[in-house]
Amino acid sequence: MGIIKARKLVHEYIRRDEEGNVESIQTALDRVDLDVKAGEFIAILGHNGSGKSTLAKHINAILEPGEGSLWVDGYDVSDDANIWNVRQSAGMVFQNPDNQIIASVVEEDVGFGPENIGVPTDEIWQRVEDSLRAVGMLKYRTHSPNKLSGGQKQRVAIAGVMAMQPKCIVLDEPTAMLDPNGRKEVLKAVHKLNKEKGVTILLITHYMEEVVDADKVYVMDKGRVVMQGTPREIFSKVDELKSYRLDVPQITLLAHELRREGLAIPEGVLTRAELMEAIERICQSY
Amino acid sequence: MIRDITIGQYYPANSPVHRLDPRVKLLGTLIYIISLFVFKGFAAFVLAAIFLVAAIKISRVPFSYMVKGLKAIVVLMVITGLFNLFLTQGTPWVSFWVFTVTYEGAENAALMLIRLAFLIIGTSLMTLTTTPNQLTDGLEKSLHPLSKIGVPVHEIAMMMSIALRFIPILIEETDKIMKAQMARGADFESGNIFRKAKAMIPLLVPLFVSAFRRANDLAMAMEARCYNGGTGRTKMKPLCYKRQDYIAYAVLFLYLAAMIALRFVWTYLSALFGW
Repeated sequence: MGIIKARKLVHEYIRRDEEGNVESIQTALDRVDLDVKAGEFIAILGHNGSGKSTLAKHINAILEPGEGSLWVDGYDVSDDANIWNVRQSAGMVFQNPDNQIIASVVEEDVGFGPENIGVPTDEIWQRVEDSLRAVGMLKYRTHSPNKLSGGQKQRVAIAGVMAMQPKCIVLDEPTAMLDPNGRKEVLKAVHKLNKEKGVTILLITHYMEEVVDADKVYVMDKGRVVMQGTPREIFSKVDELKSYRLDVPQITLLAHELRREGLAIPEGVLTRAELMEAIERICQSY
Repeated sequence: MIRDITIGQYYPANSPVHRLDPRVKLLGTLIYIISLFVFKGFAAFVLAAIFLVAAIKISRVPFSYMVKGLKAIVVLMVITGLFNLFLTQGTPWVSFWVFTVTYEGAENAALMLIRLAFLIIGTSLMTLTTTPNQLTDGLEKSLHPLSKIGVPVHEIAMMMSIALRFIPILIEETDKIMKAQMARGADFESGNIFRKAKAMIPLLVPLFVSAFRRANDLAMAMEARCYNGGTGRTKMKPLCYKRQDYIAYAVLFLYLAAMIALRFVWTYLSALFGW
């Protein structure tokens, strides 16, 4: 069994008036199926309100499934007895770097998670050092988080999750509030963790460029998973993506437009090198 | 400009006082304050002064930092001094118009001023040598027995440390909102105090809304990292007494014993010489 498995997962936000009568029901997740194998890098794409953040909160047991079932690392999320196990196996990084750093010194913040799960003092120090090194923030360990840049803060947040040694990390739009440099830093750190430590990554985003290197992409719209496949498969369907109000990476879009104008360029070009190669091949054939 | 405000007034240095366990410093400050108010007599104040000066010297905090703390309460000191000076009954000393200064009044005023000054300098010595985090840790640990009777000690300490973490963020946010409102013509400077207070409303409402949103996010992030209250938690930086802390405790109790001894000697001498 994979590390995350969802079957017909449904979640509804129910708004009630003062007497407790149901005013409106908004279905945020609609029969979602998800299978993630250990060690994979999964990207979940979707427009605002597509239910991707709601899905993330289920994986960390912050929200409970309305219907259907979800297993994280073999634990059933809807069973209250499993909450702490689930949260320990699936760490979560949120969007706003300021609102998830608890302590006023970097190393103390990274130690917060291990403290909560009762790790002995000596091991906490070891874990803090390892995690900060893994995200390249070791030399900032005694700094105040207020003096760090957005990308650095977000890397500290990732280290804080790493220190709990989860099998899987869910990142809910971790780069949405960062500048391009910060975005690169954070993504580099995440990819490194995936490759070197074998941590399963679920990256939730709406930046297409961040998806290109993923093993598998899920596209969500109105609470449903509407597309899934490798990045190449997903990005070869430019028009379908557009119907979900999503863009494709600029290179892919350029390749798509060229192809539409009659050039023999394959669908699903993801990188500049691939496009150059395709164009060179066309030039040679003339 | 508004961002320059520092929280707490920690003076970073590597002195024996800085390295002391925060619990020692908390108890020390408490004992010192009590000793100031319980004991009377010239000798007691000399001893208190010696103790204070020695502590400041060892802490390597410049004396000017201590005096800064005094500036804040100068008004309070003047008022206390005047009340004591003019309103104490006793043998008249100087008298002009409706005011009469008595010998007892002058003595009381002087004593009160010395007490207040020592009090402020003593407590600022603690805040200058202890980081806010150490302080909350120390409070949590020394108040821990209270949790047996249902006082949420861990939770209070956690709230304090989170507040300390978020004060600079909220100040920055205030600054941002203020600029945004000023860009749209809000006026925070002119008018009398009531008008100024009213002008703060468009500043405070968005600030509160955003603070609540942050609190909600933070609570979620803490839960996601398995925060489950104080039970079953380990500490990354546990407080444990070292040799220097025991020495400090010894010095402290020696000081207290000397004060008590002085008190008896003073009473005896006063009786003997009829002071």
